Amino acid sequence: MLTVRIIPCLDVRDGRVVKGVRFSGLRDAGSPPERAAAYGAQGADELVLLDVSATPEGRAHQTETTRRVREQLSIPLTVGGGVRTLDDARALLEAGADKVAVNTAAVRTPDLIDRLATEFGCQCTILALDAARTPAGNWEVVVLSGRERTGRDAIAWAGEATRRGAGEILLTSWDRDGTRAGYDVDLIAAVAGAVRVPVIASGGAAGPEHLLAALRAGADAVLAASIFHDRDMTVGAVKDYLAERGIQVRR
Amino acid sequence: MSADEVLIVRTGTANLASVCAGLRRAGAAPRLTESPNDVAAAERVVLPGVGAFGAAMARLTDKGLDRVLTERIAAGRPTLAVCLGLQLLCDESEETPGVRGLGLVAGRITRFSTAVRVPQLGWNLVAAGDGAPLLHDPGHAYFANSYKLDAAPTGWTAAYADHGGRFVAALERGNVLVCQFHPELSGAWGLELLRRWLGATQPRRTGGAAC
Repeated sequence: MLTVRIIPCLDVRDGRVVKGVRFSGLRDAGSPPERAAAYGAQGADELVLLDVSATPEGRAHQTETTRRVREQLSIPLTVGGGVRTLDDARALLEAGADKVAVNTAAVRTPDLIDRLATEFGCQCTILALDAARTPAGNWEVVVLSGRERTGRDAIAWAGEATRRGAGEILLTSWDRDGTRAGYDVDLIAAVAGAVRVPVIASGGAAGPEHLLAALRAGADAVLAASIFHDRDMTVGAVKDYLAERGIQVRR
Repeated sequence: MSADEVLIVRTGTANLASVCAGLRRAGAAPRLTESPNDVAAAERVVLPGVGAFGAAMARLTDKGLDRVLTERIAAGRPTLAVCLGLQLLCDESEETPGVRGLGLVAGRITRFSTAVRVPQLGWNLVAAGDGAPLLHDPGHAYFANSYKLDAAPTGWTAAYADHGGRFVAALERGNVLVCQFHPELSGAWGLELLRRWLGATQPRRTGGAAC
């Protein structure tokens, strides 16, 4: 039986770890390989590296950052941010990624998912889905780091992407990201119930009780950034908390 | 003395950088190759593999790697197969019907049950193999697969895990170690397994002809 996964996320801009609220107001949170090594030592089950550079020059650091992080890690590494083509994905895989996450480009050109899955396998093709609540009580897909609402139904998009070959969904609540208000558990339950691939919950974690709620809502893994970067909690302490409440974790 | 060389068979784009980093951590000097002569001559070979069964078999066959891999594994020479590498050693796979595998492990690869999430992406508990020289230590390993082998054939020692039913997590026979999981991504436990495989397959440095 699989354990749940605790996944620290490094948002990287111009080669540095940053963290913001609702994808903006970024502040520095350290060097990617140093943070990666620290989280590996704490017992992280996986690491996600998302490039949030605003410019191509900033993003040019991405493969080098991936390479340096890979050398520090003996756990899986997912890399995303600005992946538009098979060549983008190949460069990241060759630098040390095990999985590649696609977001905006996949919404614009859904066929990108089919091509990635055919070329690299569905276990390597991760859909990063940023969703925002609508006034009607549903969720719509947002792209360009939250700058554009697409009007597209997030649950339907999750289903389509998995039919095209996405092997996992990294599900971020745009409303909650960086707010420390807790994950959007309704969104997690809706997506986890609609697809058969694993779902990673993201956006809003402030404490272990939020991670527990996301897992109970159906997430297979939970991603967090602020609580680990700000040293509120270690990955090990989160696992202790979850294990005491009957959740299977890897020690 | 330099670290011991390990040849990694380049089977298209896999997570080769992770495999190389893992082997370096375990003390080996990895080198990529797609040459059948290299694979035939090398002391130690790693067959990684991600992607689809049929495409991977086609690449091995096109490059003439199928025959040299079959020979060295049949002879029990030091070889490590990872993830899809395990499946390629079997007879056939439900993933690509009609394509023959290397046929070194008798069995057919099938998809996981619809009762569980597929692909299996995450850490699963691998039980110790009964009397296994390498797989004697239970622990959590990282898996990334949609297809699996249900049971080990005669002649192979197996370690099992469970995802909607029991499946083969790894096999060993002589100096051949075959892992459905990714030892290079399986933390300290995976690193120890890589070290055991490397340690169990030290090149013979004295006396006699190389095997």
